Amino acid sequence: MRFGVLVFPGSNCDQDCYNAVKNVLKQPVEYVWHQATRLEHLDCIIVPGGFSYGDYLRCGSIARFSPVMEAVKAHADKGKLVIGICNGFQILTEAGLLPGALHRNKGLHFVCKHVKLRVEQNKTPFTSQYKKGQILNIPIAHGEGNYICDSNTLKDLKKNKQIVFTYHGENPNGSIESIAGITNKQRNVLGMMPHPERASEDILGSIDGLKLFQSIIAH
Amino acid sequence: MVKVKVYVTAKKGVLDPQGKTVESALHSLGYKNVHGVQIGKYIELKLDKRSDKQIDEMCKKLLANPVIEDYRYEVEEA
Repeated sequence: MRFGVLVFPGSNCDQDCYNAVKNVLKQPVEYVWHQATRLEHLDCIIVPGGFSYGDYLRCGSIARFSPVMEAVKAHADKGKLVIGICNGFQILTEAGLLPGALHRNKGLHFVCKHVKLRVEQNKTPFTSQYKKGQILNIPIAHGEGNYICDSNTLKDLKKNKQIVFTYHGENPNGSIESIAGITNKQRNVLGMMPHPERASEDILGSIDGLKLFQSIIAH
Repeated sequence: MVKVKVYVTAKKGVLDPQGKTVESALHSLGYKNVHGVQIGKYIELKLDKRSDKQIDEMCKKLLANPVIEDYRYEVEEA
């Protein structure tokens, strides 16, 4: 399983993702600059967190027009895996690869802390190593993670079992139905606000994010 | 040359936490009769000549996110 970690101007979790894949999971991984147009040699694309293009206009709204995003769309259309974390999730919704949008946290604050996540679906390439209903300890760090979509989209998300992670207990950002992560209908594109790469080693305080990457490798 | 003034606001029903916070700040200043405060974006741009088709396209593609935002615009001589 060969991973590529996208790098936009302003990405800042790219090195964390790279570290988790290379040093913890011992998988081949490379950085992919946002001007790249070829991804054929990669199996899983990670769109990392950060503040691409300074979050100008809206989070992710400029990054989605980077040349690499056309290649990411083509990659996803082939059924290959794409995971967007935090700003990566925002970019994937802006790009139309995932439905809905992420707007300002209900409490207006940037929230940076460990939260409890519930695994709602484990029949996805990203969560097969978890148990359904399992509670995970994974950090979040965002100001605009308040997931929103219209009622028809929400119906579809539920019907197609696309809601993969929800916040367990307190909802830190006011997202609809406490949504923390969703897939597309085909289940090969995942977007999530929490940072599994920051929960991949004991020294980081949790290893609950590891199984997400292990699920991808097992896929 | 025309000047285009684009206003982007939260869609009806989409929570605008900034607007809510500013509203309660105005209330605490004593302006109890204030309702419906909304914070939006104002974008100004110039075009060689007016093209509503192009303006709509730019708004839908980039300037506003139709999932959570509405937009309207005014065009005037630059």
